[in-house]
Amino acid sequence: MDLLKFVNEEYVARKEFPEFGAGDTITVYYKIKEGTKERTQFFRGVVLQRRGSGPTETFTIRKISGNVGVERIFPVNLPAIEKIEINKKGKVRRARIFYQRELTGKAARIKERRM
Amino acid sequence: MPGMIGKKIGMTSLFDENGKNLPCTVIEVGPCVVTQIKTTETDGYEAVQIAYGDKTEKNVPNALVGHFKKAGSTPKGSVVEFASYNEDLKLGDELLVSLFEEGEFVNVAGTSKGKGFQGVVKRHNFGGVGQATHGQHNRLRAPGSIGAGSDPSRVFKGMKMAGKMGNARTLIENLRVLKVDEDKNLLVVKGSIPGANNSIVLISK
Repeated sequence: MDLLKFVNEEYVARKEFPEFGAGDTITVYYKIKEGTKERTQFFRGVVLQRRGSGPTETFTIRKISGNVGVERIFPVNLPAIEKIEINKKGKVRRARIFYQRELTGKAARIKERRM
Repeated sequence: MPGMIGKKIGMTSLFDENGKNLPCTVIEVGPCVVTQIKTTETDGYEAVQIAYGDKTEKNVPNALVGHFKKAGSTPKGSVVEFASYNEDLKLGDELLVSLFEEGEFVNVAGTSKGKGFQGVVKRHNFGGVGQATHGQHNRLRAPGSIGAGSDPSRVFKGMKMAGKMGNARTLIENLRVLKVDEDKNLLVVKGSIPGANNSIVLISK
């Protein structure tokens, strides 16, 4: 088990991001390749969950695009991620807020947490 | 085929240079000790016997303790023969993970996890029988017909049926080597390999 830990620490480039969790609104800037060109795209939405640990940790963000909910799962250590901005700290009572998927409009608002 | 003995450590995932997430298995490989050189004159064929995994002397038969002593080695747990190494090996030589290079392809053999007595749906990927509704009763995962009737009046040999599954030697071919760590004797290959964690596996080129 310790050797597995060694591999995880040695070969996975860890990134420094601000701490965020379920309920926070964040913007993820990531690079995408179009043929030979590279450009940066961003995805802004509410974090539904953080899942896993170590090199396989991921987070799910959800946004409403037009009238359709769109979710994206990013590995935390994905090399393509350039930076993560925290736009709003949300006040939620659980670590996984899947109930957000059923809510729309005013009901889907999340109270802001005052620091 | 030159090869080495190792121990499966576990699985994780790594990103390659294109940013792709690759599933990978970590294997502790060697160091292995050459315990016998077999030649055509003495044994009828050419091979190199190597051993891996320390054992205490009281758990090894005296005959084997003597065999390991001849090579100047402590008693080992697993002993395997390989052939056609590039360099000339002598008795007592140590083989290291540096035998493998990053980017090359290796075969990994091991004992798969035992699944116990399993039906044909899990064991041979049968589809099961018919429907679940319309009066169908308790036949959902049954094998169906196992052959014709009075001619041939028997069931052919090798008919796929329920039985013990797993716990058998399994070979996975052409796994790409992602990383080689010579200090820690580690090998990281892309994909999965047979067996549970801490089980003995054979890695060959």
